[in-house]
Amino acid sequence: MSDPQVFERIRDEIGRNEVLLFMKGTPVFPQCGFSAAVVDVLSQLGVKFHGINILVDPELREGIKEFSQWPTIPQLYVKGEFVGGCDIVREMFETGELETFFKEKGVALADAA
Amino acid sequence: MPMPAEDIVRLIKEGIPGAEVEIQDLAGDGDHYAATVISPAFAGKSKVQQHQMVYGALGGRMGGVLHALKLTTMAQRP
Repeated sequence: MSDPQVFERIRDEIGRNEVLLFMKGTPVFPQCGFSAAVVDVLSQLGVKFHGINILVDPELREGIKEFSQWPTIPQLYVKGEFVGGCDIVREMFETGELETFFKEKGVALADAA
Repeated sequence: MPMPAEDIVRLIKEGIPGAEVEIQDLAGDGDHYAATVISPAFAGKSKVQQHQMVYGALGGRMGGVLHALKLTTMAQRP
């Protein structure tokens, strides 16, 4: 079991960041193909997001898995809601569902670069 | 750490009775798989819940001994 303080930190981060990605590496330098794939999708949609590198934070790395009841990284949160990992995000992107989801949530999308 | 495809299929079928499971060894190294799981038990559940059911069936191996499993879930064949 993780320390309750870790969950507190996670809740705080989720509350402060409209679109939050728990990932391996950073948005500029992802260190795992799955994390890179989600960064790529968010970039294509032109969504501004905050990335948290769990590789430099072992406590958070374990904590987020328990918190979300999800065994893998990356994990995408939008306005407090857990959206999913790489497969779900990619699938939603391909069907156009993700774009609709962001719009419904009131998240700004820029034109893809 | 590799895990045989048959074990993955067996665990998913045990955890989700009646599920159809198709599995592919993506890299041929017993460590990177893609699985499609079809089960009526997924009906009415969100994608997150559907994937959580599969991870539950794998009993904590996902993210541990099983490094990469690309997952597609559906309640019925398209």
